[in-house]
Amino acid sequence: MKKDLDSLRALASQVRRDIVRMVYQCQSGHPGGSLGCTEYMVALYGAHLRYNLPFNMEGKNEDLFFLSNGHISALWYSVLSRHGFFPVSELATFRKINTRLQGHPATHEGLPGVRVASGSLGQGLSVGVGAALAKKLDSDPGLVFVLTGDGELDEGQNWEAIMSAAHHGVDNLIVTVDWNGQQIDGPTEKVMNLGDLPAKWRAFGWDVLLLENGNDMEEVVRSLDEAKSRLHQHKPVVILMKTVMGYGVDFMMGSHKWHGVAPNEEQCKNALAQLPETLGDY
Amino acid sequence: MININDLMVTGKKATRDGFGTGLLEAARQNKEVVGLTADLMGSLKMDEFKKEFPERFFQMGIAEANMMGVAAGMAITGKIPYTGTFANFSTGRVYDQIRQSIAYSHKNVKICASHAGLTLGEDGATHQILEDISMMRTLPGMTVIVPCDAYQTHQATVAISKHYGPVYLRFGRPAWPIFTEALPFEIGKAQVLNEGSDVTLVATGHLVWNGVEAVKLLALEGIHCDLINMHTLKPLDQSTLLESAGKTKCVVTAEEHQINGGLGDAVAAVLARNLPVPQEFVAVQDSFGESGKPDELLIKYGLGVQDIVKAVKRVLARKKA
Repeated sequence: MKKDLDSLRALASQVRRDIVRMVYQCQSGHPGGSLGCTEYMVALYGAHLRYNLPFNMEGKNEDLFFLSNGHISALWYSVLSRHGFFPVSELATFRKINTRLQGHPATHEGLPGVRVASGSLGQGLSVGVGAALAKKLDSDPGLVFVLTGDGELDEGQNWEAIMSAAHHGVDNLIVTVDWNGQQIDGPTEKVMNLGDLPAKWRAFGWDVLLLENGNDMEEVVRSLDEAKSRLHQHKPVVILMKTVMGYGVDFMMGSHKWHGVAPNEEQCKNALAQLPETLGDY
Repeated sequence: MININDLMVTGKKATRDGFGTGLLEAARQNKEVVGLTADLMGSLKMDEFKKEFPERFFQMGIAEANMMGVAAGMAITGKIPYTGTFANFSTGRVYDQIRQSIAYSHKNVKICASHAGLTLGEDGATHQILEDISMMRTLPGMTVIVPCDAYQTHQATVAISKHYGPVYLRFGRPAWPIFTEALPFEIGKAQVLNEGSDVTLVATGHLVWNGVEAVKLLALEGIHCDLINMHTLKPLDQSTLLESAGKTKCVVTAEEHQINGGLGDAVAAVLARNLPVPQEFVAVQDSFGESGKPDELLIKYGLGVQDIVKAVKRVLARKKA
């Protein structure tokens, strides 16, 4: 069931509250990238991804999503629970002992919605290419979506995967790069310069879409529509999505400092005051 | 009484040949079987599979990390991916990809590894991995199989298609005697090739044949061995091991692998917990290999027939002491 833009925006605000509260309650996790990718994840599950519930691993004739930058798990868990994959109340167990909501996403505890573990960076794109190749082999109409970070592109395995997707004409795959320009030790251009990212993807044989404001819900929805319309042309499609790390919480925005730090009580209150509770806290 | 003299040698082929024919048979039996290689289709004997099932064959180039991730992704949709490359590139090079995307994620991927160990020969130590069993058997949920000849490799290759879960299947390059054609293969069930009351000899992979020859020589001297082909290192067939060790009260292990982390360690851990008896280890003694012919290397690094004979005599002396 496709949500309209207003519902998507309302959901995004609630998801941001979930993220802040989850990270605050266990005093660990990764708020920066989670807040930055909220529009993408909400638009994907709310308006694009074709999935069945209850969750099943193989996902035949469904669209599959893989989160390669697994550290933004708080975002993914919130969105999954808000779409009925598991109870919203389970968000309270995030990163705590005996939880299914591991620090980084895993299949080991059987959390619905997760098909492969991620967290050790640079592996999700390969998994997405494999799933997409298998769907093509089976003439399965389902699409494959992958989200990766930009800092994560330092990992060489990504470029192996990028080359192989183009070589095998994987044209049922939409990769999105969270292009926030930040990684743990600082701006990506200082830590490891990615150079001309669009030119690199083009040179590897991909159809490249630029999304200038990945924190604008309308733009994100439109960009995913556009990417879908370019599929099945013997080329994989990538959306290079500019986002602001920490978006939605003023003191977290635009800095790598909030990559993997939890807010204290006062900061948590301050953050929640900026994020309307639209659907009820867990 | 099982007697080694009843074993028939029916030819000589590389274990990797058995992988090639086994993959073809598994693919004919189950349409979900797919094959991937990292630019080593010929070395892995995957040509016939590719010829018969071109749409199920995936050339991934010299990019093993991606190959492992792609295999995991295919497995998610219900495929049974077989990845084929050298043992070194199947394990050490891609350990974290296997750990996270395959083992921790419970993916039904078959990691098929050729050219393992010293018998790779002239290419030298860069390619002669002797640590792969150790790396794979420490991963939770990983099944580790090291067949001893081409026939058994064929059987194992087919058997793993019917076993759900990640598997490491290790085999090698050189032509090697085939002697298991009369024996049924079952994952996790060791094969007793000879019965004797003096010493338990447990071998895996190419060294099972060296064990066969050693057992024959020892019999001439009046020393009688149980010879166990431990083709599955994980899960280890503890009951066959303990039944034999309970009878002989001493054990020798033989493997084409480092002394650390392989068959010897696996056996020692079972004995230490259940039945502490003397054990001698025929294995590479914490060193890298080098270029040379397979037979020369096995002798230089202490894995020859005579090395097994000596280890049996050492362990017998310790038992009597």
